[in-house]
Amino acid sequence: MDRRSSALRRLRRRGGYGLLLMPLLFLAIFYFYPLASILGVSFAPQGQLDLSGFRRIITTPYYAKTLWFTTWQAALSTILTLGLALPGAYVVTRYRFSGKSILMAMATLPFVLPTVVVAAAFSALIGNNGLLNNALESLFSLDRPPIQLEQTLALILIVHVFYNYAIALRIISSYWANQSLRMEESARVLGCRGWRLWWEIRLPVLRPAILAAGVLIFIFTFTSFGVILILGGVRYATLEVEIYKQTVYYFDGLPVAAALSLVQIGIMSAMMLLYTRLQQGNSGDLRSATQIARNPETRGEKLLVMSHVGLMVILLFAPLLALVARSFTLDGNLTTQFYTRLSQNPRGSVLFVPPTEAIWNSVKFALLTTVLAVTLGLAAAYLLVQRRFRWLDPLFMLPLATSAVTLGFGFIIALDEPPLNLRTSPILIPLAHTLVALPFVVRSVLPALKSIPASIPEAGRVLGASPWQLWRLIELPLVSRGIVVGATFAFTVSMGEFGASLFIARPDTPTMPIVIYTLIRQPGVANYGQALAMSVLLMGICGLSFLLIERLRTAGVGEF
Amino acid sequence: MLKITGITRQFDRKPVLRGVDLEVAAGEIVCLLGASGSGKTTLLRIIAGLERPDQGEIIIDGRVMNAIAVHDRDFGLMFQDFALFPHKNVEQNIAFGLRMRGLSTSAQHKIVTEMLEIVGLKGFEKRDVSELSGGEKQRVALARSLAPQPRLLMLDEPLGSLDASLRERLVMDLHDIIKRLGLTAIYVTHDQQEAFAIADRIAIMNAGLIEQVDTPQAIYAMPRTMFAAQFLGLNNIVPIVNWVDGQAKTALGNFPADRTAQAILIHPHGVTLVDDEKKQLADYRLRGSLKSRIFLGDSYRLKVEIDMGIELVFKSSAMDHPIPVINAPITLQFYVESVISLW
Repeated sequence: MDRRSSALRRLRRRGGYGLLLMPLLFLAIFYFYPLASILGVSFAPQGQLDLSGFRRIITTPYYAKTLWFTTWQAALSTILTLGLALPGAYVVTRYRFSGKSILMAMATLPFVLPTVVVAAAFSALIGNNGLLNNALESLFSLDRPPIQLEQTLALILIVHVFYNYAIALRIISSYWANQSLRMEESARVLGCRGWRLWWEIRLPVLRPAILAAGVLIFIFTFTSFGVILILGGVRYATLEVEIYKQTVYYFDGLPVAAALSLVQIGIMSAMMLLYTRLQQGNSGDLRSATQIARNPETRGEKLLVMSHVGLMVILLFAPLLALVARSFTLDGNLTTQFYTRLSQNPRGSVLFVPPTEAIWNSVKFALLTTVLAVTLGLAAAYLLVQRRFRWLDPLFMLPLATSAVTLGFGFIIALDEPPLNLRTSPILIPLAHTLVALPFVVRSVLPALKSIPASIPEAGRVLGASPWQLWRLIELPLVSRGIVVGATFAFTVSMGEFGASLFIARPDTPTMPIVIYTLIRQPGVANYGQALAMSVLLMGICGLSFLLIERLRTAGVGEF
Repeated sequence: MLKITGITRQFDRKPVLRGVDLEVAAGEIVCLLGASGSGKTTLLRIIAGLERPDQGEIIIDGRVMNAIAVHDRDFGLMFQDFALFPHKNVEQNIAFGLRMRGLSTSAQHKIVTEMLEIVGLKGFEKRDVSELSGGEKQRVALARSLAPQPRLLMLDEPLGSLDASLRERLVMDLHDIIKRLGLTAIYVTHDQQEAFAIADRIAIMNAGLIEQVDTPQAIYAMPRTMFAAQFLGLNNIVPIVNWVDGQAKTALGNFPADRTAQAILIHPHGVTLVDDEKKQLADYRLRGSLKSRIFLGDSYRLKVEIDMGIELVFKSSAMDHPIPVINAPITLQFYVESVISLW
């Protein structure tokens, strides 16, 4: 990497941008070309202009209903999440309590957990045959599960809250921690108290963070796929699920799927634009005194802290523990058979390969994705940090605004024929994953790169550092933290990626999420158990890489 | 009017306040003067009700305030960063406390206009606070804390974030406004010039204790402790090593001093150059050589190394005497009044 970047510097000095343009080239081939193919299929499936796909989604009330459901479930999820996360952020910003940093780190865990794992975890906790129902049934000798949440909106909302709680908590609390407490104290001295403090001071002060978190959560839940596909059953479908169904289940669904994809891309691009706008105005007043958390003192404060920590722990760990517990039990007895069966591939199985092989596939794809995404992301960050290329920034966020299903869909209709026929190549998966991971890497590296004041490399240059030394000894240590964060994101995103993989993974090279999905849809205790076991393994891998990054971050990443 | 007794406070088992007593009379401006970490801001926050004391009482007009919540205390507080509400305009900022007290809109408006006039920002009602200059922000913050007519006005380094020239002007305005309204005020600062300019009395704080409370004049002329003297820039301190015939024996000779004192200060204000060796005018005379001289405009600051190896610093008017060159022999004189006992 060093050698390549010294080349980057040489190129930059000569005014050439060849290597820096690499990420743009990548986006052109693997994002815009498939997107153009979707456009082609939706407007001209047979080669000439044909708007029948659009006509169908406009004239059929079902699609309008789908769009409506997609929107309001996203809105509801967003409001619920923010409502829970706000008091949580208050507790985290204001109070010190033991285990806080661990809890905050762990709270981010769901963000890196694959949707299929989370869906499996919640089904293991509160599904009809879940831990909670089993316990209640035997406790009160009921003959029916008392909690009937399967295929309900409530379950979908709960899972969405689980997923996004930490995002809201992190965004709001880190913004809040940088806001001066003086404003609130002034208000209190002036006679403001209780709910009025929230209304008059805290909410207005936090507005940028709340909006940013809200838009982000809306984006995530609007494009929710795995959760709804697995937990929503036949009753609920978001646009994303509908695109998938149209492509896979219906003979003539392609134009409709393409038209729906376009609608979704339009809405998501608008939201993404809104988000980047909000982010630009989102600089906390870092000059003034920041808030310092203190120990809870009164009984009321202690109760507040304890109840919120309790809520976080339950929300966070109950489903994950249930997942682990259920993966080790069969008819109330401890068993490891679901795990041992993962390496077998019995006749009549729904899978072509033993599930363990999927682990290696996933790890291989994830490593390749990490290398690709970090290389391209770093180059993109160096491109975007320059004033004259700043306008390209939203371009690199586009893949995030485009749903994974749309990406996968674009891949299969664009890259399965000359000039670029990768249909049979397993490289398609890491390429798609790189596309999904790229925005995360850019977002991790770019702020670090931007935060280096021009005077620092200048000071280095005056002291006699060559461009290579400058990069190696000054810039790299300063951005290395961002690179590691981005790399870990890339790895975990790839490990858990589901939507795009569902389209492009070939039966002989399935990834872990695909195997989990395939197993969980099959009837039978054995399949369900194996799905849970596989989910536990995937959770373990994602959790480990996640812990690694948290450890690295606290141990001072700038050292390597 | 305000009386605080025996205030202690610890943060993380580190004592920040170690038993503070202070009384403030109605209409008085008392300045808490100390370095950062001396506990002055914590004391202010405890009086405001933003922190709880571990021990001690805050009494206003005979009533213990400890259990009264901050929003019920009817105090005014102004911060160094002003803490204006960025989502409200000037008028809404100033009216905030009035609104909290349930005043009618017209009453609010009347008081806001009045306040803006007092702080000299007439017509600023609809301005966005982000458009204001540092000095204007400071005035709006003052108007906001004055509007609800607080029983006690507290100011935490209210000029700390402004530049020096602006500060000098505003400290006068601040003093005039507080006095005109007859307010009782506690003013926290680390800047002795600011404290001298605004305070009726100064409380010098060090390591969680008040070392001395007195008028600015008295505190400058007669600092009681070594810390107070040093904090005010009075560094001609010589430790007392022994007692001879009821006089304090020091490296510079014997001087009259309080029997319990630990050191003496030779107040630079009373030290002059001797230009005629033959005339004995003052009580004491010391010989040394000039080590450095810094021109200050109206005077020189001279550092003299006395023969015994001790350095004394004092000012000499630029006009009165020809100033000797560096390393030239020099003779200083001072009266017994300039010898201050320190504890």
